[in-house]
Amino acid sequence: MNDYIGLGVIFIGILFDLFGCIGLVRLPDVYNRLQAATKCVSLGTCGIMFGIFLMEGFSGLGVKALVAIPLIFVTAPTAAHALARGAHIAGVRLWRKSVCDEYEEEKKQVGRGKPFI
Amino acid sequence: MSRIVYFIIAYAFWLLLTLSVDWQHLVTGAVVCGLTTMIFGKISISRARKLFQPQRYFWMVLYVLVLLWECLKANFDVAYRVLHPAMPIRPGIVKARSSLKTDVARTCLANSITMTPGTLTVDMNGEGDLYIHWINVKDDDAQHATQMIVKRFERILKRVFE
Repeated sequence: MNDYIGLGVIFIGILFDLFGCIGLVRLPDVYNRLQAATKCVSLGTCGIMFGIFLMEGFSGLGVKALVAIPLIFVTAPTAAHALARGAHIAGVRLWRKSVCDEYEEEKKQVGRGKPFI
Repeated sequence: MSRIVYFIIAYAFWLLLTLSVDWQHLVTGAVVCGLTTMIFGKISISRARKLFQPQRYFWMVLYVLVLLWECLKANFDVAYRVLHPAMPIRPGIVKARSSLKTDVARTCLANSITMTPGTLTVDMNGEGDLYIHWINVKDDDAQHATQMIVKRFERILKRVFE
């Protein structure tokens, strides 16, 4: 029984991973793509891990999969933040239909090219 | 004091990873955790006494539940925007102000914002201003943006960390 529930959870996880990948291709610029990559891929991967835990129970493999979930939840947003900040400082433009960029205005006030923190 | 707490956390993590009480594993874990504590102990926990206040753990559990719910909503939000043929997005970077003081609380807030629907933290400065990439900007006004994005988690995080 647990095997089937586990397989179902793994399937949902893979589905969300797929949505993340479609977003990575379809969305227009770095920042929007990062949105899709962090949200969908982190929850999708966590779903796969949780499915493995359901199938394996409290064995060595299952507990390791369970421990990996909080680690992904902490590291994925941190990596996305680092990538977005690095891209913006390196001068990657937002999509041309973007509405506003208050970060750019703030950077111009402090001095071009230099990270202002 | 903070080094002892750090050692206990690291050792518990090691026990979870190995999941056996074989003496060789226990000794290796103790040595490795001792080494990491010696190297990183100074920069880990600044106010260790907060770890012994039980009401913080209750709010922590509530925070994790809220975060998971928001994360689920975020996934359906992204899936909807990605699969919709016209791609209903209106991206932009807005500025929001948080009133949290400690570094840990601010880090958690930034990470939670990244996990909530449609928002991604780009940067933060020393006064607690967050620059947030918003996939569907509803309001350019900084005050209103703060209300919509930050307040949800700020109330809980204040009780957990401050």
